Amino acid sequence: MNVRDTRATSALLYLDGVHVSFDGFHAINNLSLTLAPGEMRAIIGPNGAGKTTMMDIITGKTKPDKGEVLFDGVTDLTRLDETRIAELGIGRKFQKPTVFESQTIEDNLLLALNVDHRVKGTLFWRETRAESERIAKVLETIRLTDARDRLAGSLSHGQKQWLEIGMLLAQDPKLLLVDEPVAGMTDVETHQTAELLKEINREKTIMVVEHDMTFVRELGVKVTCLHEGTVLAEGTIDQVSSNERVIEVYLGR
Amino acid sequence: MPHVLTRSLDRSATVFLLVVAAVGILVPLSNLLLPEGSPFQVPTYLMSLFGKYVCYAILALSIDLIWGYCGILSLGHGAFFALGGYAMGMYLMRQIGSRGVYGNPILPDFMVFLNYPKLPWYWHGFDMFWYAALMVLLVPGVLAFCFGWLAFRSRVTGVYLSIITQAMTYALLLAFFRNDFGFGGNNGLTDFKDILGFNVQAESTRAALYALSCLALIVGFLLCRAIVTSKLGKVLIAIRDAESRTRFLGYRVESYKLFVFTLSACMAGVAGALYVPQVGIINPGEFAPGNSIEAVIWVAVGGRGTLIGAALGAVVVNYAKTVFTSGPLAPYWLFMLGALFILVTLLLPKGIIGTFNAWWEPWKAQRLSPNAESAAREDGVSEPKMAE
Repeated sequence: MNVRDTRATSALLYLDGVHVSFDGFHAINNLSLTLAPGEMRAIIGPNGAGKTTMMDIITGKTKPDKGEVLFDGVTDLTRLDETRIAELGIGRKFQKPTVFESQTIEDNLLLALNVDHRVKGTLFWRETRAESERIAKVLETIRLTDARDRLAGSLSHGQKQWLEIGMLLAQDPKLLLVDEPVAGMTDVETHQTAELLKEINREKTIMVVEHDMTFVRELGVKVTCLHEGTVLAEGTIDQVSSNERVIEVYLGR
Repeated sequence: MPHVLTRSLDRSATVFLLVVAAVGILVPLSNLLLPEGSPFQVPTYLMSLFGKYVCYAILALSIDLIWGYCGILSLGHGAFFALGGYAMGMYLMRQIGSRGVYGNPILPDFMVFLNYPKLPWYWHGFDMFWYAALMVLLVPGVLAFCFGWLAFRSRVTGVYLSIITQAMTYALLLAFFRNDFGFGGNNGLTDFKDILGFNVQAESTRAALYALSCLALIVGFLLCRAIVTSKLGKVLIAIRDAESRTRFLGYRVESYKLFVFTLSACMAGVAGALYVPQVGIINPGEFAPGNSIEAVIWVAVGGRGTLIGAALGAVVVNYAKTVFTSGPLAPYWLFMLGALFILVTLLLPKGIIGTFNAWWEPWKAQRLSPNAESAAREDGVSEPKMAE
């Protein structure tokens, strides 16, 4: 405990020497990455670079074979399950928008609210004024106020992406993991999403995985490029995109 | 409390409760008060038959709570029903006392016949009604809790869970068939004399049991409605539709499943306990895997995830069973039941009530308010995915 911990405490998320293999395939290979509190980081990389697997590790869905994953400097995430990690304050938006389709938009947000999530508390739960105000605020932020009573399944693809971001906001986590937020969005929507993430970043730490380079450029944050489960390059978007090896990986030889 | 009531009782729920209450009161009254032969007098055999259906309706309700709302397809719920039935049967056996064929004041007839030296320890206490009533809830509840704890914690879901629930009821079937298991083996428990001092064969007792079954259905329905309309109900639906997503929101999915599964098993136990005195026998046949599957078919026919549909499905399918198995078509009943299930799955995947809601609600909403879409969902009826 000690030397290592003092080094890690300043970071909100700290990954060091992480390995994961599935049936001999090394999905994550000696991955090390740190995220400072309040930072927004964009993760890019070709298909199969290990971006989603990395999120699976952070959220407890996949256990690494080796390596450290620390949250807030002290909590070892590799020992905890998904529920516990969510309770600690790590929220996740999935690559494929995953909302509760047979429930209303309002109920989707209600389910995401960070209130008592135990069985008893949920059974006897009654909405307080503060909670309904928070839901109203999130609805406004994601521009779905008029659709609050519609079933989430009836939303367009882009709206579902926004609803899922709204669920993240209702969850009020310390760290947001956002997987491909603008997939399937129009240019206008993409622009709005970038604005939204920047606004959220004023209070929260965000890690966003995205393929869309225009979007990443618009975010204007530090970029990490993954390749074959390890960090290939890190820096501003210009630095990374002019990196010889990154170009090689993306364009192929 | 008033808040829970207003939330739970939408129009269709109120209508359902009024209908159950009406038949629960009127049928026994007509049976007891009107002279025999009067066109309005409900004969005792018919009342008992309907009493049986009402017990099945409670079982169907318990299955709908876990399957329709939480996506847990139990193909072994008949086991909890039978365990509740056995607990009640044990009480009824102890009430026989020295009136049995062998006249033994302590040992039931089958134990005398099988040369039991003394009452097995697990039969103690069943001479007291309160103890038996407690066991009706506890035995299915504890079994479901242990079973669920192991299964849900290991994240056994979908067809794998269904298969092990089948194995559970089959294992109990084999165990209860054994003479040395202490529950009357093959013959089960029967020849009941009285319950709480009343003769079980008497018309007034039968009427009371029927009315109590209707009351239990009302209470069970209200309980289920209160749960599914609470926030917990929303979490259950979330688990049904996207289990891992629910985990990432910070819900401990296994606790939720364990809660409804255990509650549902207790409900099934109560249904079994009310069933046994009305049919006069409980034997290991009640554990047959086919019984549990049949109960799932009732729910599918009536409409999964609608509660009312489950109860309706149980009554409709069982009434059909009674009609067909007493006529020339009797040998073909199982084929018809199978065909019914296939037809409902193909043509009415939402079941009777689900299809009715899908057809009626948009129409009603359009007629009543211009804001059609939101009104259509005012009572929170949601459509479960059939894929399981």
